[in-house]
Amino acid sequence: MLIKEITITNPQGLQSKSAALFIQKASGYKASIWIANGERKANGKSLLGVLSLGIGKGTVVSLQVEGEDEAEAASELESYLLSDMGENN
Amino acid sequence: MFTVKLSELMKEFQLEAICGGETAGDIEITTSDVNRPGLQLSGYMEYFGSDRIQIIGKVEMTYLASLSPQDRHKRLDEFFRTGFPCIVVARELEIFEEMMQVSKKYDIPILRTNDITSRFMSGLIRYLNVMLAPRISEHGVLVEVYGEGVLILGESGVGKSETALELVKRGHRLIADDIVEIRRVSDRTLLGSAPENIRHFIEIRGIGILDVKNLYGMGSVKLQENINLVIMLELWKEHKIYDRLGLEDQFTDILGISVPSLVIPVRPGRNLAIIVEVAAMNHRQKKMGYNAARAISERFLKFD
Repeated sequence: MLIKEITITNPQGLQSKSAALFIQKASGYKASIWIANGERKANGKSLLGVLSLGIGKGTVVSLQVEGEDEAEAASELESYLLSDMGENN
Repeated sequence: MFTVKLSELMKEFQLEAICGGETAGDIEITTSDVNRPGLQLSGYMEYFGSDRIQIIGKVEMTYLASLSPQDRHKRLDEFFRTGFPCIVVARELEIFEEMMQVSKKYDIPILRTNDITSRFMSGLIRYLNVMLAPRISEHGVLVEVYGEGVLILGESGVGKSETALELVKRGHRLIADDIVEIRRVSDRTLLGSAPENIRHFIEIRGIGILDVKNLYGMGSVKLQENINLVIMLELWKEHKIYDRLGLEDQFTDILGISVPSLVIPVRPGRNLAIIVEVAAMNHRQKKMGYNAARAISERFLKFD
């Protein structure tokens, strides 16, 4: 299992549109993907779950990826979370 | 370790702050045990759990009234010195001047309720048990079907939300979609609810997010429900053997409690809502003492 700690820098945080994009990317992988904000943890492939974490700017999230394609999944999702998450397009 | 702030507790039980009300709200309660300090007030201080809320009723107050003011002050001073989180006086009883003094001295708030002591105490314990319960969150759906709380688990995309929607349409109630927060409120009871910010929303692929409460009305949702049955949905595996008789009960462990569980294979065209419905009814029937699988076995045993 790969675990990455990521600090969200995007001013909007992981809200509706950026979360939808995130789960779309996550759903493309076979690996199981979990995202945690403190004690709360959600399946990275479910929109409501990710939204319920209330991830805003400055939140430190922990990305947990496990499965055959975990390396690719973790690196793509990490770079997405560190980017502006499609906000400027 | 979970805690509950005294401010929440004061709001829940509408407690009046007699003394130390300014700082009381920030005090954190860590245990659901409470204590009536009869023995401590009479001077016996061994085995005293100083992390508990202290509750004083008519007995303790009458006892204190029977003491001389000096004795009363001495006993209360010894008692308050132990440093418990707060004291609650029931039945809106008058507070002794000596109690106010030691409360200020040791910075321990005195709160008051108009409720009867034992009734307040049982309500408080129940509330603290829920608030301080061990908890986890599961990826799944919680619905109430014919009065049974059914937790539906399964991989992303297996059809949990669609099943929930169909169940709502058939007159059952949705408690949580996607994330179910489960609390172990007693040694036998698991209570499930949804995180507040996504409560009663549901996500259906191809449509998006739906507000079940607005679409189907108040009768289609519920705030929380005990978990009586776990149903695991999984894509039909060719060579896996699924239970055909239902003679043996399977259990899933959640927070140390064994919950009856079923594994239901999913195949296109299988109406899952009806299967969940019938599983809930069958579970109820078993609880009430009738097991169809056992009944049919017994019928055939007679011919031996």
